[in-house]
Amino acid sequence: MLKDITIGQFFPGNSAVHRLDPRVKIVLTVAFIITLFLAAGPVSYALIIAFLAVIIGISRISPKMVVRGLKPILFIVIFTAVLNLFYTPGDYIWQWGFLHISKEGIKVAFFMVLRLMLLIIATSMLTYTTSPIQLTDGLERLLAPLKRLHAPVHELSMMMSIALRFIPTLIEETEKIISAQKARGADFDSGNILQRAKAMIPILVPLFISAFRRADELATAMECRLYRGDVGRTRMKQLKIERVDVCALIISALVIGAVVVLRRYGL
Amino acid sequence: MSTILETRGLTHIYGAGTPFERKALDSVDLRIEKGEILGVIGHTGSGKSTLIQHFNGLLKPDAGEVLLDGRSIWNEKGKCARETRFRVGLVFQYPEYQLFEETIAKDIAYGPANMKLPQDEIDERVRDSMRAVGLDESLAGQSPFALSGGQKRRVAIAGVIAMRPDVLVLDEPTAGLDPAGRDEILELVKRYHDESGATVLIVSHSMEDIAKLADRLLVMNQAKILFCDTPREVFSHAEEIIAAGLDIPMITKVMLELKNRGFAVDASAFTVEQAMQAIRACKTKGGGR
Repeated sequence: MLKDITIGQFFPGNSAVHRLDPRVKIVLTVAFIITLFLAAGPVSYALIIAFLAVIIGISRISPKMVVRGLKPILFIVIFTAVLNLFYTPGDYIWQWGFLHISKEGIKVAFFMVLRLMLLIIATSMLTYTTSPIQLTDGLERLLAPLKRLHAPVHELSMMMSIALRFIPTLIEETEKIISAQKARGADFDSGNILQRAKAMIPILVPLFISAFRRADELATAMECRLYRGDVGRTRMKQLKIERVDVCALIISALVIGAVVVLRRYGL
Repeated sequence: MSTILETRGLTHIYGAGTPFERKALDSVDLRIEKGEILGVIGHTGSGKSTLIQHFNGLLKPDAGEVLLDGRSIWNEKGKCARETRFRVGLVFQYPEYQLFEETIAKDIAYGPANMKLPQDEIDERVRDSMRAVGLDESLAGQSPFALSGGQKRRVAIAGVIAMRPDVLVLDEPTAGLDPAGRDEILELVKRYHDESGATVLIVSHSMEDIAKLADRLLVMNQAKILFCDTPREVFSHAEEIIAAGLDIPMITKVMLELKNRGFAVDASAFTVEQAMQAIRACKTKGGGR
């Protein structure tokens, strides 16, 4: 159950997509999202879908995993579809009370759902192919200019990598605690909302305690290795822009350019 | 003796249908007798933790069945009666990490309260089980988080004992304790067994600890039962146990070495007394080199 969460997961590999500089990947993901919202017609969408399909193909991530990543947002997708379908004014083709469906509504709903799904697939491709450490490293470097404004960029990225690192650990821990309390006759599935909320206490208290204990131990371990934040810290893996990064940037620029041009013609 | 717990063809597969598929239990047939102490030994990943989680229905078998008093714990609808959890008490590894209540007494009362017992019965059981694990009654109102690691573990064990299970299963109850703490926990388990007459299962990977305590040993290897017999009988297969990546007690090692050097001793001894007897027997027979 808890193990089925794939969002934010990383699948190690050695494809060109995996090898891209994380900074490039982050920038391109953001650019991709903006492009999605610039797309005006079916031709643009076809181009974007083809582009994404090529990326998935190169990365060798199984399309099944990609689709599975959509599961958690299924509700939002359906909600968006229904809302757009019933509340877009225009040329009504069906009406019942205050509900009505217009031709424009169908079109808007369809493209909204497509947009949302592409958005999630693109961002999950980023996390599928980038290890959490690379991801936060890239983010830290990208946000480095903000350090001049005294923004705690390094601290934030360190927090992020620790959080990502501990998600699987905490999931495992939670499952263990659930089993242990079930062995003592805990019942999580019956009773009203209040009783169910109360039944969570025997899980949450030990989970919090263990999270705090882990935090404490990790802090000690980091201090033992003389961690003192950003000051004077060097990196084992220096990020470098390589040929593959330049290629990726050029190809993406061409796709974005094409979408912008197509937009002028409403395609 | 009658059988209290039984498994027939018990099979469990983790991650079925994924590339990570792994058989944790492979058609295990096992009978546990009423009132015995059974030591469960196996390498990490040999399936011993998976096995014990089937006894109280926390895990569902992929094939085969688990019988408690001759009746399957899973009914036709594929549900496991909650009562099974109370009859087979399971103490997990590092159980002190599941404590959550404000006071020790309340934490121990969690299991009995889930059984929907009347309050005075719960109070009595809390007192009883605190005594059983050697916790002073004056501690009842204290926070469990203020205790030392060893004492926390006793509270956690008391929490399961308070359900008065017919079968008490302990997963590595001595893990991470110092030698003194380890002996105390084993002593407490033994005393609880003698006083209550309950069936006790102890999982461990320390042969030394468990051999002295257990009536029978169950040795797991690669999802299967390697041996299930009295400690002496099991240790007479010392070579096979070592081949399975497990250790044998120090004394058995000494006896085995003697045997290999040509003394006709019984190498299955695992306590100093047994070793003494074996060597004496060998001497009187005149079975030297």
